[in-house]
Amino acid sequence: MGNRCAVIGIGQTRYTTKRQDVSIAGLVREAALRALEDAGLTFKDIDAVVIGKAPDLFEGVMMPEAYLADALGAAGKPMMRVHTAGSVGGSTGLVGASLIQGGVHERVLVVAYEKQSESNATWALSTHLPYNASLVVGAGGYFAPHIREYMRRSGAPDHIGTLVAVKDRQNALKNPYAHLRIPGIDRAMVESTPMLWEPIRYLETCPSSDGACAMVLAAESAVTGRPAWVHGTAMRSEPIFRAGRDTVNPQGGKDCAADVYRQAGITDPRREIDVAEVYVPFSWYEPMWLENLGFAAENEGWKLTEAGCTALDGDTPWNASGGVLSSNPIGASGLIRFAEAALQVRGMAGEHQVEGARTALGHAYGGGAQFFAMWIVGADKP
Amino acid sequence: MREVAIVAFAQTEHTDHDTGLTEPELLLPVIEEVRVKSGLRKFGFTCSGSCDYLAGAPFSFVSALDSLGAWPPISESHVEMDGAFALYEAWVRLQHGDIDSALVYGFGKTSTSDLREIMTLQLDPYYLAPLGLDQLSFAGLQASARGADRAELDAIVRRSRADGRTNPYALNLPDPTPEDDGHAAPITDGAAAVVLVAGDLIANYPRPAYITGIAHRIEPHYLGMRNLALSASAADAASAAGVGKGPIDVAELHTQFSHEEPILRDAFGLPAGTVINPSGGPLAANPVMATGLIRIGEAAQRILDGTARRAVAHATSGPCLQHNLVAVLSSEV
Repeated sequence: MGNRCAVIGIGQTRYTTKRQDVSIAGLVREAALRALEDAGLTFKDIDAVVIGKAPDLFEGVMMPEAYLADALGAAGKPMMRVHTAGSVGGSTGLVGASLIQGGVHERVLVVAYEKQSESNATWALSTHLPYNASLVVGAGGYFAPHIREYMRRSGAPDHIGTLVAVKDRQNALKNPYAHLRIPGIDRAMVESTPMLWEPIRYLETCPSSDGACAMVLAAESAVTGRPAWVHGTAMRSEPIFRAGRDTVNPQGGKDCAADVYRQAGITDPRREIDVAEVYVPFSWYEPMWLENLGFAAENEGWKLTEAGCTALDGDTPWNASGGVLSSNPIGASGLIRFAEAALQVRGMAGEHQVEGARTALGHAYGGGAQFFAMWIVGADKP
Repeated sequence: MREVAIVAFAQTEHTDHDTGLTEPELLLPVIEEVRVKSGLRKFGFTCSGSCDYLAGAPFSFVSALDSLGAWPPISESHVEMDGAFALYEAWVRLQHGDIDSALVYGFGKTSTSDLREIMTLQLDPYYLAPLGLDQLSFAGLQASARGADRAELDAIVRRSRADGRTNPYALNLPDPTPEDDGHAAPITDGAAAVVLVAGDLIANYPRPAYITGIAHRIEPHYLGMRNLALSASAADAASAAGVGKGPIDVAELHTQFSHEEPILRDAFGLPAGTVINPSGGPLAANPVMATGLIRIGEAAQRILDGTARRAVAHATSGPCLQHNLVAVLSSEV
């Protein structure tokens, strides 16, 4: 794992459908300046910049790090652009942390964003590959069959997804940066919305958001302010077309979790992790990932959701921030999970703070549930 | 820093046209070749570079995992940059000390799209892209700012194509003519892969190519903010990588246009005796997103072959050499 690494600054923009008042550069700079302010630093104190976003077709700007170098104060420094599908925000955090852990830099700025209002993500995900057959289904159409298979295997009752949709939006009401803030959100409201991809209803899916998230990462000798210490980092990938791959409970997710828990010395995640920020873009992914990440036995995840264990006042809070279901600037969504985990162990999560959180998990996944990025952060130095 | 060495390099026999192979099909034999050359089947870390816009669809790197046979699941990442930057990420990862091997690859097919127009989409989408300047126009501005001597540039093209003809992996391009002056790198399909090792594993290889320095720097995007006749970021990266600390037998430069060679030669302070782009360089084969990685591979191969003792490799990204990476490879630590 290399040298110690800490999160010393976090900046987010208020997630919303359209940020028409800023350019892409303005959006990422807003998040970066807030992260620097949190760390009590300026661009001059930064050694390198790592930027991540989901496919370039989402905004129609190819390799935008070239254009964004100026706005992020990267001129004269190394700059990297990460792209690992939906997990990219998480991977961006890990590539930044790696530069500290490898002893290459003292302070790294990581930024991830999406400005979905400048294009159409479902179109960009459905274009016809010149070399392959295209499913032309977008993300919801791709994942719905996996959810139905989960329901079949586990025997979970139909309303579990609804419970997650309500719980995460209730949490979002406590997060000033959240996109979907729906007063009076309840099961009846979710169940009254149209069915998009059986069994996913409109309010069981994530919104399309504009937004950026930034973090300042530091080596031990360069820490300012209140740090969240990185206790473990891991990424895993598996091939999308491998025959026999379990897309409901992917091996890559299990292996990634086992790796990051080993580094952080965690043997019982449900008890030892105080709060988890997990990539749940469709409501049913909460019970599915509860199992994949070892918080529940196979086919038992939905029982934790049903019993309220994952609520803000439950014994294992998941997505206290409102999660991806409440804010989804796609490329940034993974980094937001990592950042929210860090906010929790720094005790700076405000109204959605989990009391006494000392250890937190940040999680992201992408592609056909085949790319995974995770980290464990803690209030204590590892 | 921890010692890291390149021990295997492979590339496709690049083509100037679509041969019908998919990107994963281009990659498969190259990955197998570096596995055989390195004697390694599995790697502590894998990283790749590619660009969705070449195929005009998202996630070009997703199906590449099928050519790796990434099972059980692997520790893997991807940069939407040339494979040379993926190599940098892998080098950083090897610095952690807990793993000793990494696989790096890059691939691209430019035969099925219009590269010059695609590169326009890399510009500031509000103020520059709408102007419609394509890649050639930008390069023209830089060539003009440099005030390069036409005869010198013609000689660079002639030399590059002649060297390319002796390189079985490069295109077989004729001497330049007024109709085919060759100052822009040709449209090319191809892929490349490199294996890095560190720690005790290095001892398994009789003649590793040590990476004694590697660094990269970006500079402002707006051409008006830069002196296009020079490359400050290339000079900074070269200095950080320690280019000037010893003699240089060979330099493999990511020159997508002939006028970039004198700019980079100055930025690196290359002595007169340095052989530049003996592979033919990008002017003889330019599989975009693999071209920079191939520069590192070609430079490393000369160390592995024992035909060079110290070599410099360069990769670039962004319009007019905006972002430059420099690696120094050596037969000795």
